[in-house]
Amino acid sequence: MTQAIVNETRKRNTLLRKLLKNKLATIGLIIVSLMAIVAIFAPLIATHPPNEMIVGKSFLPMNTEGHLLGTDNYGRDLFSRLVYGTRISMIVGIAAVLFGAVFGTLLGLVAGYFGGRSDSIIMRTMDGLFAFPFILLAITLMTVLGQGLVNVIVAIGIANIPGFARLVRGQVLSVKEEEFIEVTHSLGATHTRIIFSHILPNCLAPLIVYGTMSTAGAIISEAALSFLGLGVQPPTASWGSILKDGKDFLVLNPQMATFSGICILLTVLGINLLGDGLRDALDPKMKV
Amino acid sequence: MGSFILKRLINLIPTLLVVGIIVFIITRMIPGDPASVMLGPQASVEDVENLREELGLNKSMPSQFISYVGDLAQLNLGYSYSYSESVFGLIIERFPNTVILALAALLIAVVIGIPAGILAARKQNTIVDYVVMLVSLVGVSMPIFWLGIMLVLFFSVNLGWFPATGMGNISEGLWPYLKHLILPAFALATIPMATFARITRSSMLEVISQDYIKTARSKGIKEYLVIGKHAFKNALTPILTVLGMQISNLLGGAVLTETIFSWPGMGRLIVDAIDKRDFVVVQGTVIFIAFIFVLVNLIVDVLYKVVNPKINLESSGGKK
Repeated sequence: MTQAIVNETRKRNTLLRKLLKNKLATIGLIIVSLMAIVAIFAPLIATHPPNEMIVGKSFLPMNTEGHLLGTDNYGRDLFSRLVYGTRISMIVGIAAVLFGAVFGTLLGLVAGYFGGRSDSIIMRTMDGLFAFPFILLAITLMTVLGQGLVNVIVAIGIANIPGFARLVRGQVLSVKEEEFIEVTHSLGATHTRIIFSHILPNCLAPLIVYGTMSTAGAIISEAALSFLGLGVQPPTASWGSILKDGKDFLVLNPQMATFSGICILLTVLGINLLGDGLRDALDPKMKV
Repeated sequence: MGSFILKRLINLIPTLLVVGIIVFIITRMIPGDPASVMLGPQASVEDVENLREELGLNKSMPSQFISYVGDLAQLNLGYSYSYSESVFGLIIERFPNTVILALAALLIAVVIGIPAGILAARKQNTIVDYVVMLVSLVGVSMPIFWLGIMLVLFFSVNLGWFPATGMGNISEGLWPYLKHLILPAFALATIPMATFARITRSSMLEVISQDYIKTARSKGIKEYLVIGKHAFKNALTPILTVLGMQISNLLGGAVLTETIFSWPGMGRLIVDAIDKRDFVVVQGTVIFIAFIFVLVNLIVDVLYKVVNPKINLESSGGKK
């Protein structure tokens, strides 16, 4: 048991070392870490309360009266709103992918392991979900569910399920044929034990890589939903909703649209760099 | 080949049915009464009741589903009250506009992305390679709705080169028409373009290192023929797979691009219908797009088979 823990720690250290050797992945890791720090310590970093409206101080230009990036149409501090927006992006990115990963993995495990009718029912449903462009599925769900943070997470999470299910099913099909599974089975292990102790751990590497890439997609989707007015409820600051407001005041105050987009781009770029690095380190053959 | 296409067409039926079921379930998840939500708080009880009757909401779920599938089979997507028109009519009016935008974007993506990928592979580990890879990495991370706004800010507001919104009329000449098309098409092309560059580079690198390319070179075949004829042809399969996936990106991205540029396509229709709480239009358009997507993927699968006859596609369903 102790040996197993030592091995596990060693494995993790090698992964980190491999990642840090890759310059682009290191840049990605730094960007993602910075964003996580901003999200966690938002109240300490923000210079103003994000929803505080100051009458008569709309559209202040950059660097005036203690407003680093100026103010928006309601006189709210743009910098502070962007800082708090990081929280929404990070929460949605992580929670929606976890939602999709948990349900998708379970469905993929069942479909791949048991095969037969459960496989066809599950996978035909997944094919059906795949027939919707990702963002369109999320938009449709949000139209029905209504605005709100939890609904955004659920909508993007559901749109993420088929991807995870397909990935895990494919992995299960290849692992299932391995000899050690047959041996474990003949030794009397239950299906649940085989699935969770032997098959799932073998799916982890591609799951981590796919999960990382999906987080980038989830963050863009949240921004897109909020941009369309279907995401988190105002006045909550989200990069997408700041961009939406900024679009209406493009000439008067271009920094609203510009900086909110840069935040999205930078975060997504960081996650993609990290994801590429993880793929090269964990599973070089995988093509995501 | 004929039997392959036939088989795939038959396989489409369960997928389309599942798509229909999913949309049916989603639209039945609307909290409260869809009829009163659609008509707004000012509507009279009588109007709400009439609309409920019209939408079949008074019937039981199973009979609602049966009439819904029957309507779908006849391409009857319902009637829109906010537009006073049949949903199918609304879609058919706008569908060509979305196709034009998506095809223009695909053209830009292929014409720029694939050569860029080949160039990067040919010049591996040089500055050219790094620039192509960096640009395409930024490209795949791009929120296209933001890029669209930035293009408007720079090229329309600041430089005044292109109109910010709307679609041109071809009768006014080709250039005015293209002027309206360039910015939205470019914004929509970004992600497919970057993806093509990345996948072309990696699959070309894989092919170039193989023995038969070395043999071709050692036989003195001209380099452009080695790359263009021998290598590229074999690198084409993964590129086609990505093409199938990008159709989804183009159709989804069109919703956002059309909103920013006020392009009168299906994406814009969905967003407007959401604003008007017209669920019948949303449902009809979403199902139409899903059907188109499934059909396009079928075509990509057939192309796939043409390029690489050895490939067995029996087990695969639709693609992401």
